[in-house]
Amino acid sequence: MGFARYIPIAFLVAGLVLVQQVTQHTGTTFYLTQLTMAAYYALVITGLCLLMGYAGQISLGHAGFFAIGGYIPAALTTYNLEPLREKWLVQTLDAAGLLTAGQDLYGQQVLHVHPWPSCILALLLTAGLAFVIGMPVLKLKGHYLAMATLGFGTIVYRVFLAMPLFGEADGISAVPPFPLLPGVTVSGDFAARTENYYIAFGLLIVGLLFLINLVHSRIGRAFRAIHGSEEAANAMGINTPRLKLQAFVISAVFAALAGVFLTHYNGGIGPSEASVMKSIRYVAIVAVGGMASLWGVFFMGILLNFMSLRGMFGTYDDAVFGVILILIMLFAPNGLLRLHLWQRMRRWRGVDKPKSRTE
Amino acid sequence: MRRTMTSLLTAMLVFCVAAFVAPVGVKAATPKAETVKVGAILAVTGGASFLGGPEARTIQMLADELNATGGINGNKIELIIKDSAGDPEKAISFAKQLIEEEKVFAILGPSTSGETMKIKTICEQAKTILLSCAAAEVIVDPVAKYVFKTPQKDSDAVKKIYGEMKRQGISKIAVMSGNTGFGQAGKGQLTKMAPEFGITIVMEEVYDKTATDLSAVVAKMMSNKDIQAVVNWSIVPAQGILAKNMRQAGWKVPLFQSHGFGNIKYVEVGGAAAEGIIFPAGRLLVADVLPNDHPQKTVLLKYKNDYEAKFKEPASTFGGHGYDAFKILCRAIGQVGPDREKVRDAIENMKGFVGTGGVFNFTPADHNGLDIDAFAMLTVKDGKFVLYNH
Amino acid sequence: MQFCLCHGGLVFFMTPELFLQYLFAGVTYGLIYAIVAIGFNIIYNTTGIINFAQGEFVMLGGMTAISLHHYLPLPLAIAAAVAITMVIGALIEMVFIRWLHNPSILRMIIITIGLSILIREGALHIWGEGVRALPYFNGNEITSIVVLGVGVSPQVFWVLGVCGLMVAALYLFFKFVPLGLVMRACAANRVAATLCGVSTKNMVTFSFVLSAGIGAMAGCVVSPITYSQYDGGTNLAIKGFTVAILGGLGNSMAAVAAGLLLGIIEAFSISVVPLAFQDAIAIGILLIILFIRPHGLFGNRSAAMLKEF
Repeated sequence: MGFARYIPIAFLVAGLVLVQQVTQHTGTTFYLTQLTMAAYYALVITGLCLLMGYAGQISLGHAGFFAIGGYIPAALTTYNLEPLREKWLVQTLDAAGLLTAGQDLYGQQVLHVHPWPSCILALLLTAGLAFVIGMPVLKLKGHYLAMATLGFGTIVYRVFLAMPLFGEADGISAVPPFPLLPGVTVSGDFAARTENYYIAFGLLIVGLLFLINLVHSRIGRAFRAIHGSEEAANAMGINTPRLKLQAFVISAVFAALAGVFLTHYNGGIGPSEASVMKSIRYVAIVAVGGMASLWGVFFMGILLNFMSLRGMFGTYDDAVFGVILILIMLFAPNGLLRLHLWQRMRRWRGVDKPKSRTE
Repeated sequence: MRRTMTSLLTAMLVFCVAAFVAPVGVKAATPKAETVKVGAILAVTGGASFLGGPEARTIQMLADELNATGGINGNKIELIIKDSAGDPEKAISFAKQLIEEEKVFAILGPSTSGETMKIKTICEQAKTILLSCAAAEVIVDPVAKYVFKTPQKDSDAVKKIYGEMKRQGISKIAVMSGNTGFGQAGKGQLTKMAPEFGITIVMEEVYDKTATDLSAVVAKMMSNKDIQAVVNWSIVPAQGILAKNMRQAGWKVPLFQSHGFGNIKYVEVGGAAAEGIIFPAGRLLVADVLPNDHPQKTVLLKYKNDYEAKFKEPASTFGGHGYDAFKILCRAIGQVGPDREKVRDAIENMKGFVGTGGVFNFTPADHNGLDIDAFAMLTVKDGKFVLYNH
Repeated sequence: MQFCLCHGGLVFFMTPELFLQYLFAGVTYGLIYAIVAIGFNIIYNTTGIINFAQGEFVMLGGMTAISLHHYLPLPLAIAAAVAITMVIGALIEMVFIRWLHNPSILRMIIITIGLSILIREGALHIWGEGVRALPYFNGNEITSIVVLGVGVSPQVFWVLGVCGLMVAALYLFFKFVPLGLVMRACAANRVAATLCGVSTKNMVTFSFVLSAGIGAMAGCVVSPITYSQYDGGTNLAIKGFTVAILGGLGNSMAAVAAGLLLGIIEAFSISVVPLAFQDAIAIGILLIILFIRPHGLFGNRSAAMLKEF
């Protein structure tokens, strides 16, 4: 085992550099825009893969976590604190160096929260929220769990849609770039495209490494035991509620992280990011990628989002999605990349549950 | 292990094929000669499709018509319509794609103000003309050099409504609005301008596009005896439900709607409940009954007849916004040729363009070009839109 | 500031009249949800799966009836629309579900979600994005019947009547009609039913036909109130699913009670919070109920424990 599992990562990095070089030399760097966006969505999806594929818990509300991750920094970094400068809270924050002053496009004096503290706040808030709602929600099973997560997603969507602070239907625009490190900025500027392509995939690979390590550790084996049978896992002395909660919080933080970055990259966010349809998309891509297959989910996440964001399906975007969903679930319930005939035949006769397969 | 590698390679291969080969193949087939590429980002499907649908059909119809008759001074228009489904993130992706990849001359749309606000800066940076079909005033206020919009100003519609209320002696009102960008912008203007007209907003509620019944909120409003009239600012079909529920509950106060009511289908489904609704709108809806010497009459009738003959559905003011955006662009190109900077200047200085929304007079400070005269007060009588005469 | 505006004029006490108006509004919402939830339950009972395309049956019923109403009188158009939707229901089951061996819950959730997306997008391309409605069965859009000093649309009574009739008919059907008894047998124990010579597959098909028919009927009755639009099914499905879960999956009587409860919560929530938060409040309360009673208000604890992925 050992380092062998990291070899695909090396291939991936080489592939990513190759793609970037090819676009550079053929003058088609514009492909990187949608690849970058797709990478952030893939981050949500790989996180959800841990929860669904490994811990075996469905979530129809992950767009809610993504939206929280996107909306909190969007609101904080665009809300003008200048009129409130005299208030003690604003002064304390300012003294702590958490605010940035400047001028907006139209020459008005503005004072915003810096993207870093707002990003951290968003992640902490998401983790806390996932922890609090995860405890009761994850006690539910099957359809009841689906309902509870769907309900959570709907509430988040409604709240963002109803609150003037979050821009209601228009969402939030003019979100500033995120100066990650000196010289490294998450922004949608045409000039910063290549840089952002590497930021997005760098983040995604870090996330992927984390997940690969996790699923190959003791915790990962425990997850698979839960997926197989929760009662059996319990009997073996695995603390199932705690592990399920861990997976839930981790995947929520992944979603929120993607939300933070994509919002700064896009320069805005709208309520559609929190919609149930989005959550369903994430679940669908996890299913298409093969549930308990990080690599399958990763590639499907990139591919399908990339095609959708380029408008390849025209007015049939959702319809194509529906068709893919049905076809995969009917003919290749364990994912497209694992469509090996002899395995299929064997599984056809046996249990239907996807067995996680690792090298 | 080997399986992972195989999958990895397969996926890479699939990905490369899908991403690079396919579009290149398509591109080779498109003609490159003397064409002006125009992009359109419209919500053809999804939650705002009642806007984007008619807009896309109108623009496609006009482009086909123009190309069939030889284009603008011989320049054909190549139209690329992208369906954003009303999602801002897709609009952003498409805007970047159209600008960099397709190198479009101008972008028409998006249909909703949320999407427009997201791509406003992108177009401004890339110096690409954007002719938005969304209503919110923030799109052109503050003015961005390359961004224009065709629907009438919300503030003018509010003035029109409040003016009429003042005449009728109404001073306490309830405001209902849909939770779309259109409803949100209207609600903002209604709140802002109320003091100016001596009007007090006693109650304010927002309803969802998917609302199935509003009788509870009607009951809540009815219980407040101060309310003399209801203003409903919405563009979604659910606004007809409000009218029904008010009349069913036996509440007789006048109901004012916004120009978002400008679709005869809303009257059809509203039936008897739609009778007597007062609202400001462009004159497209009453084209038949305009006096013959009205400057818009011929334009309106032609668009209405063409659209209705082609698509077998009644024309709406929403499609009209698409019409105006396309025609303004064509007229500017016709005046100065396909040079982006010159066309931008031509639009900014365009005077007396007769569109479906009104007569447009752009200035460097006004990138909408319409004033309060673009609106007429209409009402519904016997299931038809008619001019409202006090 | 938003909140101040909403409450500025509202004197915080409720007259009996206002109470009744809220109640009627709540009953109207609730019945619509309940009727969708019943459709969920019928399929759940025979197959153990939730058909997320149930809302689409409601939409299809309404849309088809409206199209047919151009050529046929209203009762015939509705009957034909219900029949057509039933056929579609049967086709869906035969093409997509019948031949799967022991599908997992997750797989079925995803397939039916896919179907729901597909039907919705198909409807968009067939009927367009426009809004339509069937005419009111009695009177028109402004007719109202005064009950205890409160104006109520006659269509509400149609919904009430049809919903009541369907629940009663289903009750009798599952209690006395042989076919219904067989379907219940399948729900109770599939293997045993098979051993007794029952074709469980046909029963599953039949459950799809039945719930498609109920959905379509609901779509026709509520169309004058709610309008019909290609995407109208999704929201109804979410609410119907919520209600079915709240009542305890598989229990149609409980679904009616839960539906009314949800509707009434929604209606009365308006008196306290802005309408924009209605859904959030209603679903929030439901989630709390679900956390306290994880198997639904009237559900069976041990049955709920058994179902998992």
